[in-house]
Amino acid sequence: MTRKQKRLAIIGGGVSFLIAAAFLVMFAFSQTVAYFYVPGDLEKASLAPGTRIRLGGLVETGSLKRGEGKTVTFNVTDTLGTVPVTYTGILPDLFREGQGVVAEGAFVADSPIFVADTVLAKHDETYMPKDVADRLKAQGVALSGKENIQ
Amino acid sequence: MIIELGHYALVLALATALIQAMLPIVGARRGDRALMELASSAALVCALLVAFSFAVLTFAYVTSDFSVRNVWENSHSLKPLIYKISGVWGNHEGSMLLWLLILVFFSALVAVFGRNLPETLKATVLAVQAWIAAAFALFVLLTSNPFARLIPAPGEGKDLNPVLQDVGLAIHPPLLYLGYVGFSVCFSFAIAALIEGRIDAAWARWVRPWTLAAWTFLTAGIAMGSYWAYYELGWGGWWFWDPVENASFMPWLAGTALLHSALVMEKREALKIWTVLLAIMTFSLSLLGTFLVRSGVLTSVHAFATDPTRGIFILAILVLFIGGAFSLFAFRASRLKSGGLFAPISREGALVLNNLILTTATATVLTGTLYPLVLEALTGDKISVGAPFFNMTFGLLMLPLLFAVPFGPLLAWKRGDLTGVAQRLFVAAAVGILAGAAYYYAMNGGPVLALFGIALGAYLIVGALTDLILRSGIGKVAANVAWKRLSGLPRSAFGTALAHAGLGVTLIGIVAVTAFETETVVEMKPGMMVDAGGYALRFDGMRQGRGPNYTEETGHFTVSRGGVVVTEIWSSKRLYTARRMPTTEAGIRTFGLSQLYVSLGDPMTGGGIVVRIWWKPLILCIWGGALIMMAGGIVSLSDRRLRVGAPARARRAPRIALGAAE
Repeated sequence: MTRKQKRLAIIGGGVSFLIAAAFLVMFAFSQTVAYFYVPGDLEKASLAPGTRIRLGGLVETGSLKRGEGKTVTFNVTDTLGTVPVTYTGILPDLFREGQGVVAEGAFVADSPIFVADTVLAKHDETYMPKDVADRLKAQGVALSGKENIQ
Repeated sequence: MIIELGHYALVLALATALIQAMLPIVGARRGDRALMELASSAALVCALLVAFSFAVLTFAYVTSDFSVRNVWENSHSLKPLIYKISGVWGNHEGSMLLWLLILVFFSALVAVFGRNLPETLKATVLAVQAWIAAAFALFVLLTSNPFARLIPAPGEGKDLNPVLQDVGLAIHPPLLYLGYVGFSVCFSFAIAALIEGRIDAAWARWVRPWTLAAWTFLTAGIAMGSYWAYYELGWGGWWFWDPVENASFMPWLAGTALLHSALVMEKREALKIWTVLLAIMTFSLSLLGTFLVRSGVLTSVHAFATDPTRGIFILAILVLFIGGAFSLFAFRASRLKSGGLFAPISREGALVLNNLILTTATATVLTGTLYPLVLEALTGDKISVGAPFFNMTFGLLMLPLLFAVPFGPLLAWKRGDLTGVAQRLFVAAAVGILAGAAYYYAMNGGPVLALFGIALGAYLIVGALTDLILRSGIGKVAANVAWKRLSGLPRSAFGTALAHAGLGVTLIGIVAVTAFETETVVEMKPGMMVDAGGYALRFDGMRQGRGPNYTEETGHFTVSRGGVVVTEIWSSKRLYTARRMPTTEAGIRTFGLSQLYVSLGDPMTGGGIVVRIWWKPLILCIWGGALIMMAGGIVSLSDRRLRVGAPARARRAPRIALGAAE
């Protein structure tokens, strides 16, 4: 091979690898990305059952049922809407009623219940997931104290 | 008073950095030796000043001086001493001061060990280091002053976030910063090369040890952070593809690429412009990481309470340095003469493949990390990009690289013999497949991909050793001759073999845990038994306890195998009193390379408690592999030819036949 051909071979190989990677990234985005919703958004969103989403809001006070087996149920609310959530497993240390939460999972077909497989753990007692704080603020929900928003 | 001295020292450090940033570079242009030599003394003075300032802050923490706002916000008089010390960098202000300290520490190292650098290059490198130092000193002083007073002083502090009250905090951030910030030296060398318009193999020889050192620290820092998250958070996960983790992983990937491209440049004078670009990109990713973590655009345990001015300030630093560096590159890169050509099938070709794949993989991680931020800024849509995305893109892209890794060291420079190398790797491939099949059989089946993954890991390990075996002639010549040859190999050959084998070990750990871990969530009452990984766990009951600044409830478990009691596990939930914050202290027991991991959940009505039990097969391989990679870095660094600042001093006669093969 001449110098030129060698260089072309290397550059051509590199470019085709990059193009393949770019397609892979776009494909992965279309398959794996989870959109964020608050309960009030869900009615207009009309999600297909099984679509993975992140559901954020406040844990409705008085709605948490635990101590009856491994599955816990609670309601996530943004005052405009309320969604019942079930989750099997151990809730994060800082999960509390009246506090912000993000649950990841999907709705089951023909059921209003959201089945979460991940409940976002929080790192700090004053931590409110930014997504939740923004949306709640936009909908005029009063947050208890400014330090709730990080 | 002492606090104000610490603050003042930081101001003086900024002034020194400004002098170091300007005069030496003028000296280098004019050939004024006095001005150039100023750089080294300024770098040392600056390092001492920042070190003093940092010591003052540490003193304030150790003596629980709550008249300092930062101490009040993040410390507590009852906290154990080690957490008082590590708490210095367990908050935004202190961690930025640590960042700065490590930066000026590296400048001082360049000043001390760079005696044989050409004097204009050294002066310019130190000046560029000082630009970064000045920017960050200004950032600390203007937006994140750790010495701000609080009058009147409160009687007690607010305590440190309990998650951070762990020995991990003492080790993880300093190691990570040594890595992150260590790449600033490579960046400064690259900028200096662009300013001087001259670059050669000697430049690569000076840059490589710095890259290697930074890379070794970063490897350790990331592995340590991963293990810390694993045992401290109680979720049993070791990597979450969290943006903050990605922020440290991207410089590591780019740094790994830089390590390999600098090799090509040193040996073959090729890939010059690319290496300079990669050096700039690596440190830019470090800066980007600092921005992501410290600006508050992300919420995580690393993003301490933030205010927007800080984010804007760091963004300005980011734009200035990255933008400036790339503009300089665009204007000056054409001046750097590009070097020799080589056949696609050669050692150089293999290293180019390494660079291509690593940088592409870095780009996908970067896309996945930034896309949600960009999308939200542009459309307001909030999305989460999580593990499935990264596994699909990053995982798939890295696969060909893992296959190719053992080929690299076996290929000759200039023109390699692919078939010959493939034949030599036949044994490694065979051992790999056997190991994969054996593990698969031992686990009683599972996903077929796991067999393949374990095989790939074993092939990497044996493939890495193949290079050493072939070069020493083990099995072909008498044992004492082989031993003599082996001990005569350059240290960097061992470093390469260790690092590549470590990669294989980590891969085996990842595959084994992903494919074969078991998770049981169960409600347990005292006396109940649960099986996990061939062990039986009996829950014996709960008991109360208290520590210096927390109360805890601990569950006791007896572990037995085949009816014989093997060990016990304690797992607890703590409540840190000052912040009223609960944490989970998982109970972990190691069996060989595997672990049992027990987390407590909520108490049940009727005396039971929810327990989450994981069996994590071969999980220690994940971090063990990282340790081996690190050892590879250290061994390579100790290579005589690479010793920082000592390439000229040859104490022994070169080992002819074997040394020349490298």
